[in-house]
Amino acid sequence: MLLIHCPYCEDTLPELEFTYAGEAHIARPADPSALSDEEWRDFLFIRTNARGPHYERWRHIGCGRFFNALRDTVSDRFLMTYKAGEARPTLTNEAAE
Amino acid sequence: MSRFRIPGKGRVDHSAPVSFTFDGKTYRGLRGDTVASALLANGVHLMGRSFKYHRPRGPVTAGSEEPNALIGTSRGAGRFEPNTRATVQELRAGLVTESQNKWPSLSFDIGAVNDRAYMLFSAGFYYKTFMWPKSFWDKVYEPVIRGAAGLGKSPTEVDPDHYASRYLHTDVLIVGAGPAGIAAALAAAQSGADVTLVDENAEMGGSLLSDPAVQIDGKPAWDWVDAQLGRLRAAGVRLMTRTTAIGYYHQNMVGLCQRLTDHLDNPPKGAPRERMWRVRAGQVVLAQGALEKPLVFDGNDRPGVMLAGAAQTYLHRYGVKVGDSPAVLTSHDSAWYAAFDLADNGARVAAIIDTRDVVRPDLLDGARKRGIEVLAGHTVTTTRGRLRVKSVRAAPVRGTHVGRGRDIPCDCLLMSGGWTPSLHLFSHTKGSLAWDADGNTFLPDRKTEECEIAGAGRGLWGYQAVLADGAAAGLRALQGLGRAGHEGRFTVANDRPGTGVSHTELPTDGNAGKARAFIDFQNDVTAKDIRLAVREGMRSIEHVKRYTTNGMATDQGKMSNINGLMIAADALGKAPPQVGLTTFRPPYTPTSFGAFCGYLRGETFQLTRKTPIDSWAEANGAVFEPVAQWRRAWYFPKPGEDMHAAVLRECKATRASLGIFDASTLGKIEVAGPDAVEFMNRMYTNPWTKLAPGRCRYGLLLGEDGFIRDDGVIGRLSPDLFHVTTTTGGAARVLTMMEDYLQTEWPDLDVWLTSTTEQWATVALNGPNALAMLKPLVQGVDWDDFPHMSCAECTVAGLPARLFRLSFTGEIGFEVNVPARHGLALWTALMEAGKPYDICPYGTETMHVLRAEKGYIIVGQDTDGTVTPADAGLDWAVGKAKKDFVGKRSLSRPDITAKGRKQLVGLLTEDGSPLQEGAQIVLDPNQPKPMKMVGHVTSSYQSTMGHPIAMAVIEGGFDKMGETVFIPMPDGVRKARVTSTVFYDPDNTRLKA
Ligand SMILES: [Zn+2]
Repeated sequence: MLLIHCPYCEDTLPELEFTYAGEAHIARPADPSALSDEEWRDFLFIRTNARGPHYERWRHIGCGRFFNALRDTVSDRFLMTYKAGEARPTLTNEAAE
Repeated sequence: MSRFRIPGKGRVDHSAPVSFTFDGKTYRGLRGDTVASALLANGVHLMGRSFKYHRPRGPVTAGSEEPNALIGTSRGAGRFEPNTRATVQELRAGLVTESQNKWPSLSFDIGAVNDRAYMLFSAGFYYKTFMWPKSFWDKVYEPVIRGAAGLGKSPTEVDPDHYASRYLHTDVLIVGAGPAGIAAALAAAQSGADVTLVDENAEMGGSLLSDPAVQIDGKPAWDWVDAQLGRLRAAGVRLMTRTTAIGYYHQNMVGLCQRLTDHLDNPPKGAPRERMWRVRAGQVVLAQGALEKPLVFDGNDRPGVMLAGAAQTYLHRYGVKVGDSPAVLTSHDSAWYAAFDLADNGARVAAIIDTRDVVRPDLLDGARKRGIEVLAGHTVTTTRGRLRVKSVRAAPVRGTHVGRGRDIPCDCLLMSGGWTPSLHLFSHTKGSLAWDADGNTFLPDRKTEECEIAGAGRGLWGYQAVLADGAAAGLRALQGLGRAGHEGRFTVANDRPGTGVSHTELPTDGNAGKARAFIDFQNDVTAKDIRLAVREGMRSIEHVKRYTTNGMATDQGKMSNINGLMIAADALGKAPPQVGLTTFRPPYTPTSFGAFCGYLRGETFQLTRKTPIDSWAEANGAVFEPVAQWRRAWYFPKPGEDMHAAVLRECKATRASLGIFDASTLGKIEVAGPDAVEFMNRMYTNPWTKLAPGRCRYGLLLGEDGFIRDDGVIGRLSPDLFHVTTTTGGAARVLTMMEDYLQTEWPDLDVWLTSTTEQWATVALNGPNALAMLKPLVQGVDWDDFPHMSCAECTVAGLPARLFRLSFTGEIGFEVNVPARHGLALWTALMEAGKPYDICPYGTETMHVLRAEKGYIIVGQDTDGTVTPADAGLDWAVGKAKKDFVGKRSLSRPDITAKGRKQLVGLLTEDGSPLQEGAQIVLDPNQPKPMKMVGHVTSSYQSTMGHPIAMAVIEGGFDKMGETVFIPMPDGVRKARVTSTVFYDPDNTRLKA
């Protein structure tokens, strides 16, 4: 069982307290009606499916907050977590390590 | 005294006999024995039959890696367990055990005919033989295979034992309490660190328990172990025996299974049988030692053939001589010590046969002193004996040439093919392995967790080396915690260092094609099978494993993996690391389901949510059904009524006068704040801006993909406060979805979301007399301005309430919400006030019938995640003028607007018979199979109208009104007419009364 750091609670807690919530940094378009069918399809369904570091969303059930995480899908290791709305952090070599 | 027990020897209690039965015969062992050691003391080697060939087998090990000696154990009613390793099960008074895979008896087994036909049963046998003809699979092959297969027999009764679970946080967890583990614990226990030392055996000490002549710091091994365990105990180290580390998970979490009562004559009443520990450790030290490898030669599975290290353990720990005249076959120095120890305890060692030409002089000396014949540069080409080895054939080897052999009589053969570091737990962490070409073995390489590996587990041999390594590992673990300590030093006398060489299958002087040289004893995989798999095209070790089943038995390849790999690599002409090792997966040893379940069984499997009115329902004879995690009153049968009769009565009473229903499980969410209406506009399909305070509206929630997610009636209590209801099962999901949008898409909206499901008890009143009955109890409502779909804060029966006028039945209806603590009071007050109207409590089944008669859908029953508002006939609930809401854009996607989508319609059967929910629908019942299925029945009920009703989703259903469709069922094809989903009062006249 993983330990996950909630950036709101500032506490590292068991995986049981969290749920996965899909890929991160996919903002809902401000005006969906302006999108073509293909663009809307991509927003709905097309995902990175990364092998390695993956930007994704998690929810801490305890405090109810959604936050973002960078997790390596190969090692299943959390490289970092950060609050929703914060810019996508660049992957440093240190984090990838 | 048993024939093979050496008086006074071993760690067993010679003054405490324990009797037990094996296959109905009573035997006597000693306190401290395992079933295997006790049977061996009685001269019994034959303990089971193998899985495929039913070959007679005896124990090959003395530990948890045992592949052969699997027995059924019975500890009383409901306490039968198959596949218990006789080498692990401790003796207890009255233990009943039985052998497996035999019929009619262990010594005469009819299934052993498979063994004669072994040429048929080679690798891939199942894949090849049972492919054709296809129709034979279901009818002939599978039943026969299933009948013959299976290891042991499954218990048939519910397990009466209970199992415990605990969490543990510790600074250093050390797995394995042999010399390396003890040395590591001594080092780690400095500086006040919290240290836990676990061992799967009944006693700590590991290999030192089987090597009592070794001296450490001037003390005999056993005294040294006792003294160190005393020191550790005094230092506060947690010492746990009979505790197996079954899995090593992320971030230093290790699962431990602790066996608590199976070894006790009289377990304390109520004591858990096993306890699962979930340990989170700062540092982990793996000191699991090494497992001895069998050698691979014809007849290496005959009872009496066992690992040399096991014989040494039986001798020293249990005082059992495994035979009077053992022969030894080895490629490693360690087996020589086993031979010496047996000779020193009265056995006449027939010969030491070493595959190596050159052997250490001190070992040769030791043999000479004891008068043991040494055959260096020799091998064993075969063994003889029916149920027990009687002789082995020893022959000289020069390269691949086998010279003239001779038979050496013996009553057991002790073999050693060297030692394999136990890498299972390390592999669970995905730590990488490096091939050690000298030792012909894999060693731990790159780590992914905060762990150290010590001792024989990383290829070291000899007590001096192992103790020093354990101490260093323990110190590194301590330093990893940021603590300091000094490194312990140990002086070892009478050490038993050793090296060896590694082999594939040993050469033979007979027909190589007929050699029965086993690698995986339990699954009956031979060296020949591995070579055949390679010849037939298997290149990866994972394919070889699956094709031959090598390593797939309950010992998970502990005995067989490296031998299988060496032979596969040889056949492929590659180096072993190029062929690779199969993946080790938890659990390390077979673990009971009970230990995994822990407390989560029966009533405590999951929580049961009960409404404030539940106690009344129970007292009044309700039959309950689980809905999400709630238990809900399903129906209220009167004496003599079956479900059908009760539901029909409840339905009719409600339609005729007045019904009362506990709707407390409805999900409730309060949406509050200045931007509440904007938030509602964006979340739900419906327009909310013009909904006046005091009014409510049916709300429909879509996913962004345009499919229906949830629905419910939503009341606007004030301009900035909405009382949202959701489906019973959807409450948490809807709140999470709302939170998601609010937190991450629209954080600018000033809105608060609060789950209020359990704050309110909700009672629904429905029927033509609902208004008349309720009116006198209500204060604070203007009845002249309280039409259908209104809401108000008021009092009901003197209780503070939120009153909704709405209907899920088609009759005049109300939902009264009061604070949960008043729920029962409200219910009883309404029941009392309803007496003049013959008020009838009804359950969820009647609720379903009444709503279905009106065509009201249940999300998740009539919809399945692929249904749009239009598909469900709910287009009217979509605010088309709204620029945007969740899912709106998807409603114009080409797939959603395409023709031929499945649409929700009603069905009435021609013969008035009920349909089954989930039944598939076809347009032409005479078409060839497989038929084109155009939809399925989503809801089906007996109705108040004297005939059953059903709803279904059917391709292009709206255009099929009045047409006939067909529902093929096992007992014949049903004909049904497509209708509207509204079966009752289509003009809503009853709502307006
Ligand atoms: Zn949190």
